[in-house]
Amino acid sequence: MGIMTNRGLLATSDTPDKARLYRWLLGALLALPGIAVAGAAEDAVWLGGLKASYFGDRPIVESDEIIQLEAPDRAQFAAIVPISVRSKIPQTAERYIKTITFIIDMNPAPLAGRFHFMQANGSADLSMRVRINAYGWVRAIAETNDGKLYMSKRFVKGSGGCSAPAGADIEAAMTRLGRIKLKTRGVARLGEPVLTQLMISHPNLTGLQMDQLTRLYMPAHFVKQVDVSFNGKPIIAAETDISISENPNFQFYFVPERAGVLRVDVIDSKGLRFANTLAVEPAVALN
Amino acid sequence: MSLSKRGLSLLGWLAGLALWFFCSATTSAQSCEASAELSEIAPGVFVRPGRHGMVFETPEIANVGFVIGERCVAVIDTGGSYAEGESLRCAMRNLTTLPVCFVINTHAHPDHILGNLAFKSAQTSFIGHSKLPRAMALRGDVYLARAASSDQGRLTPEHIVAPDRTVENTLELDLGNRTLRVEAHPSAHTDHDLSVVDIETGTLWLGDLVFMRHIPVLDGSLNGWLAVLAKLTAQPAQRVVPGHGPVRAAWPVAADDTVRYLTLLRDETRLWLANGGDLLGAQTQVGYREAPRWLLFDRHHKRNVTAAVNEIEWE
Repeated sequence: MGIMTNRGLLATSDTPDKARLYRWLLGALLALPGIAVAGAAEDAVWLGGLKASYFGDRPIVESDEIIQLEAPDRAQFAAIVPISVRSKIPQTAERYIKTITFIIDMNPAPLAGRFHFMQANGSADLSMRVRINAYGWVRAIAETNDGKLYMSKRFVKGSGGCSAPAGADIEAAMTRLGRIKLKTRGVARLGEPVLTQLMISHPNLTGLQMDQLTRLYMPAHFVKQVDVSFNGKPIIAAETDISISENPNFQFYFVPERAGVLRVDVIDSKGLRFANTLAVEPAVALN
Repeated sequence: MSLSKRGLSLLGWLAGLALWFFCSATTSAQSCEASAELSEIAPGVFVRPGRHGMVFETPEIANVGFVIGERCVAVIDTGGSYAEGESLRCAMRNLTTLPVCFVINTHAHPDHILGNLAFKSAQTSFIGHSKLPRAMALRGDVYLARAASSDQGRLTPEHIVAPDRTVENTLELDLGNRTLRVEAHPSAHTDHDLSVVDIETGTLWLGDLVFMRHIPVLDGSLNGWLAVLAKLTAQPAQRVVPGHGPVRAAWPVAADDTVRYLTLLRDETRLWLANGGDLLGAQTQVGYREAPRWLLFDRHHKRNVTAAVNEIEWE
């Protein structure tokens, strides 16, 4: 259970039992009638330590003006919940979104991922799929190049996403471990942001799926680092964690300034490395 | 120091043991106040009809029951709680005093297995798919958490009774002049489905490989499920017991609705993805033609679409 350590406030204790106890206590607290309102949940978890542990005492502006998080009110399938961020400003030299951090308050490892964007993205829009372990807030915090922080958040009802398997055959998933699909959506045009989909076949085991009989956890095994580059120039660098669903699936933009090779490099928590490339030949707009 | 520590732990152990004795004494001595209603769908084949609903919200959701041989009884699924298992056992005791030699779990979903403990005894062997123990282990925590926040009765890890005998292909069980043939399937409704044939009466218990009226729930493999149904519908049966729906149905027409739903889900998901659609869009666009045909469509369909996308995008 090394996975549980040093991963945010709710999971910093040295034994899984302790961490589980804290989550239970917190869950019990939030379940008290009359207290289970959004505001209380926010105070208890976010202001009670999550914010400080990830952002210290830096001010965070709560606003949908820079980025807007989109997430369902209720998770249809807590192990695979589609969420996305729409950016409200273009990526220009003067002003751009540098990093978006995703925090899922009630997950055992609340930090779902940190995504570093470049000007070359054109747009910092991002879609992905996450696990939701308990009713609570999902937060996207954007850091702009001037160092300011802006947060957009949504309350999502869902439970069991981290401890339940998605249901698919684990053997089937393991036989294609590390296969990567990379494709652009629609016609790639020179100098214009093109929507790109990255799919990584990986079970992304959380390490929180427990055997009731032996009281042992299935070891965690998840995608930790994703780097996307175009002609050697970085497009997106991401540190990801167990809150990302099995078969991590990301959609983002980049601007091809000429023809070239889009490359993705993935490292998982066991140090396994996977890569794939895609030749991109943008069409030239003639009018 | 170490002595007192050991003394303390011994004390705790004894207390636990005493509690266990107390609990098992009270449960086994429990009188049969509530016994389930049963239908005898073929000689010696009894089904307690399920009522459609959501797990941990309503009781008695799945069709469960038993087959009585000359030597002993085989129970096929035990219901969604200890109380349900107990009322099934009580109903059985009104019909026979023969021991229960087998409890067969068709898969790990709570509405099928959480009554297991009511049948636990030295004479009873629990039978499941070779992947059932893992499925129970992986899902157990979620069941405990869901039960804790529901009003459907207390649930502890002891209620999740794992099989002591697992099936990889097929297994024949002798009930005394009556044989049940248990078949393990590749990933379909779940990755650990069993079906059971009572050879004497030609009764096929399908578990949740077939749903009727209650929308099918995809928790295994969409393509796999269609393949398993293609194989099963090619085999004859006098009657079948679907996991959800009537206690008895004709074969193979009983599978028609499930096959139609799954086929549409597969075909529309493929088309959606081929046209560049994403998961969020699929959840609101794929398969809605089926909505008027099923109960609980709103509670399960989007989840089914999510599972379908997760599978088909890797075809």
